[in-house]
Amino acid sequence: MSKMITNKKHLEFLLAIKKEKRNIRIVQLLIFLSFFSMWEISSIQGWINPLLFSSPSKIWSLFLEKASDGSLYIHVAFTLGETVLGFILGTLFGTLLAALLWWSPFLSKVLDPYLVVLNAMPKVALGPILIVAIGPNFGSIIAMGVLISVIITTLVVYTAFQNVDENYVKVVRSFGGDKKQCFKEVILPACFPSIISSLKVNVGLSWVGVIVGEFLVSKQGLGYMIIYGFQVFNFTLVLMSLLIIAVMATLMYQGVEYLESKLIKHHS
Amino acid sequence: MAFLQLKSVGQTYFSRTSATTALEDISLSINEGEFTSILGPSGCGKSTLLSIIAGLLIPTAGSVMVNNKPVNHPHPKIGYMLQQDYLFPWKTIEDNITLGLKLRNQNTDEHIQGAFRLLKEIGLEHTKSKYPSELSGGMRQRVALVRTLATQPKMLLLDEPFSALDYQTKLKLEDLVSSTLKEHGKTAILVTHDIGEAIAMSDNVILLSSNPGRIFRTFKIPKTLKSLLPFEARQHSDFSATFQQIWEELEHIEQNDHEQETS
Repeated sequence: MSKMITNKKHLEFLLAIKKEKRNIRIVQLLIFLSFFSMWEISSIQGWINPLLFSSPSKIWSLFLEKASDGSLYIHVAFTLGETVLGFILGTLFGTLLAALLWWSPFLSKVLDPYLVVLNAMPKVALGPILIVAIGPNFGSIIAMGVLISVIITTLVVYTAFQNVDENYVKVVRSFGGDKKQCFKEVILPACFPSIISSLKVNVGLSWVGVIVGEFLVSKQGLGYMIIYGFQVFNFTLVLMSLLIIAVMATLMYQGVEYLESKLIKHHS
Repeated sequence: MAFLQLKSVGQTYFSRTSATTALEDISLSINEGEFTSILGPSGCGKSTLLSIIAGLLIPTAGSVMVNNKPVNHPHPKIGYMLQQDYLFPWKTIEDNITLGLKLRNQNTDEHIQGAFRLLKEIGLEHTKSKYPSELSGGMRQRVALVRTLATQPKMLLLDEPFSALDYQTKLKLEDLVSSTLKEHGKTAILVTHDIGEAIAMSDNVILLSSNPGRIFRTFKIPKTLKSLLPFEARQHSDFSATFQQIWEELEHIEQNDHEQETS
């Protein structure tokens, strides 16, 4: 009898959770729809300047037009490629640099003030120098994407390295393990969660780096489309590029989250 | 002949403002197959002493000899078990227990099978492909024991290995560890602050005083208790007498400390 009551209570509990989740989704969808419909209506009614803010329907038809003539795919693929490469390289170099600092406490003490300064400095300001040094091409855009994420990755991952419980290292050392084995068996695997979470931050940062890079040099890509749209006063094009970037960045973030759930299932 | 010998070992830690002597003039020798406990108040340098014997820490004075040869790096015949299990959460139980073999370049089929046999012996064969987070605290500490024994050390250093467990699990594990070590003829040093545990498990108990850690007294546990499993030893009439004796000595140490502080 009491079991039946418990079961009933449990069902009610599950139902309540389900209901809440549904309500959240409904409100989220409502905000989404009302934002775009308000935008559309305000544009038609002239409450906002349609030349500047365009309207969802105009953006959509431009999107279809660009998608059907194929030019959109090239731009998206170009930017997406640069961003993925930029954030993978940024994370990789950042982790390598962190490993180097972990390996040599002397080096880490020496480099400490430089890292602080480099981290505080706005990396996009280096854009013009990069372009002259590397040339106005693909390379300098990637370099921008890497540069913007590498220092913060180094700092975050190095801190994670330092916070690994010494006792795991002690276990490896008690089996005669050397420093290299300590790193490989303990430090690196223990820090996978931190590395993944810096990956999440870097998704956003690399988009910034790549778009700014494209502003400066590119003849292709979404950043180029934004700057071109601005120059010819086609703000429909600018807003469309912006929306595509938002969707792409979200997808990449989801991808990293998926990777996270696959890779670090058993970390407790 | 003594398996392990310490000759006036001392350890001083330096900081910017002070030099702290953690251990002073520790000399002892342990024969093969003996179970020795090191007992003392917290902060008496018990764990430091164990790290020195394990070869993880080079003492600032004196020397450590295993089989008459000085130890200055982790010795392959010495296994070290920490306060908590410290199983690697990202490795399966199988990979955890063969970690030592891998690091010591002993991961031959024969040794790996040996590790699996040990896992079976302690009744955890079914957990091989599980992850540590799926096991209870007692099970994890048992796996840690297998990990330590897998490289076939002659001597085991146990750094309060039961302190993180609940009382019941602790009593059961004491029996398991004691019988496993006896069966395999291992020498062992147990560091603990639990008087009962020290008496129930050991052949000898060394009492350390604190600030700096020194050997205060050595007790031989009565033969009647040595042959019993820890749990049975706790019920024996000789147990409480020995407990009383060590208790008084510990009180002594504390009084001495107190006088030192006030003087």
